[in-house]
Amino acid sequence: MYIIVVGGGKVGYYLAKELVEEGHEVLVIEKDAAKTERIAEELGDISLRGDGCEASTMEMAGFGRADMVIAVTGDDEDNLVTCQVAKAKFKVPRTIARINNPKNEEIFKKLGIDTTVSATTAILSQIEQELPTHPLIPLLTLKGGGLEIVEVKVPENSAVVGKRIGDVLLPQQSLIALVVDEDGVPKVPRADTVLRAGDEVVAVTRTENEDALRAVLTASASYGPYGPPADTSRQ
Amino acid sequence: MGCGRVGAELAAMLDQEDHEVTILDRSPDAFRRLPPEFGGHRVVGNGIDQEVLARIGVAEMDAFVSVTQGDNRNVMAAQMAKHLFGVQRVVCRIYDPIREELYHELGLETISPTKVGARLLKEALEREPAASGSGD
Repeated sequence: MYIIVVGGGKVGYYLAKELVEEGHEVLVIEKDAAKTERIAEELGDISLRGDGCEASTMEMAGFGRADMVIAVTGDDEDNLVTCQVAKAKFKVPRTIARINNPKNEEIFKKLGIDTTVSATTAILSQIEQELPTHPLIPLLTLKGGGLEIVEVKVPENSAVVGKRIGDVLLPQQSLIALVVDEDGVPKVPRADTVLRAGDEVVAVTRTENEDALRAVLTASASYGPYGPPADTSRQ
Repeated sequence: MGCGRVGAELAAMLDQEDHEVTILDRSPDAFRRLPPEFGGHRVVGNGIDQEVLARIGVAEMDAFVSVTQGDNRNVMAAQMAKHLFGVQRVVCRIYDPIREELYHELGLETISPTKVGARLLKEALEREPAASGSGD
């Protein structure tokens, strides 16, 4: 794959290094001359000095044939514009933007950036994993939008405790991908795998079915087997 | 958004015409460019921060103009005003003519002072020199 990384700071540098090691064709675009040189010295001739939002630089860098553009500068507005121009003008199939202010995730998504990555959000979710009040943790948004990987801890009073996975009615386009029991042993779930209190369930679901999935896995038995009534669409 | 020369001038003009004006800038120093009689609101804050935009009530505004020195900041703020807060009239300054054309195609109302300025200068050069002052 031809991958263009815009921003040659620490994130861009190590990202480029890993991608080169994985055998990709990589180009790093960086405004600062010293940083550009350092990348050239240490990683080979894969850096270009310039502004990754400037059309002439983008043409020189070959955005037109890039399979992926990753914008990782420290400025959200620059990352946004790089990805938008890459998509609209150069038809780059996949754009990934680093966002520094987690609140910007919404506008980036709305404007068609495929994936956003926020260190702030990642660290927050680590903290939230420690808090019992947060029963469903989004882990990863999958390419193409709509699907995400989430983690749910099965509470003691959940209606699914003691049930076989095959008997649990999940929301549409959701599946349980992994079950980690209380001792930390991972299991590939099968229809006859029995869920236990304290299991960490890693599931794939559609974003809009997140709440329904949480309800199925965490609602207490008093609601009946499938969580609170009149919830969201189920099969 | 942006209390530079253009932002301050525009805000003062609109204020003169009795519009309710809020001017936003990251630096409190910038407001010195406003005339002393300016009656609008001055707010120190970052115009590409959704919370700042919400706090100054962008959702209730009839128009939003972004004229900071950064093309990308202007583009981002304008798109936030339009797509997150539903402002009807959004105008955005973009110096870079190529970016300006692209965002115009993407549906933003854009002005490139580079293009406009160059055209005006060219027209001035091509005109017969006026005797003095007003010209034609």
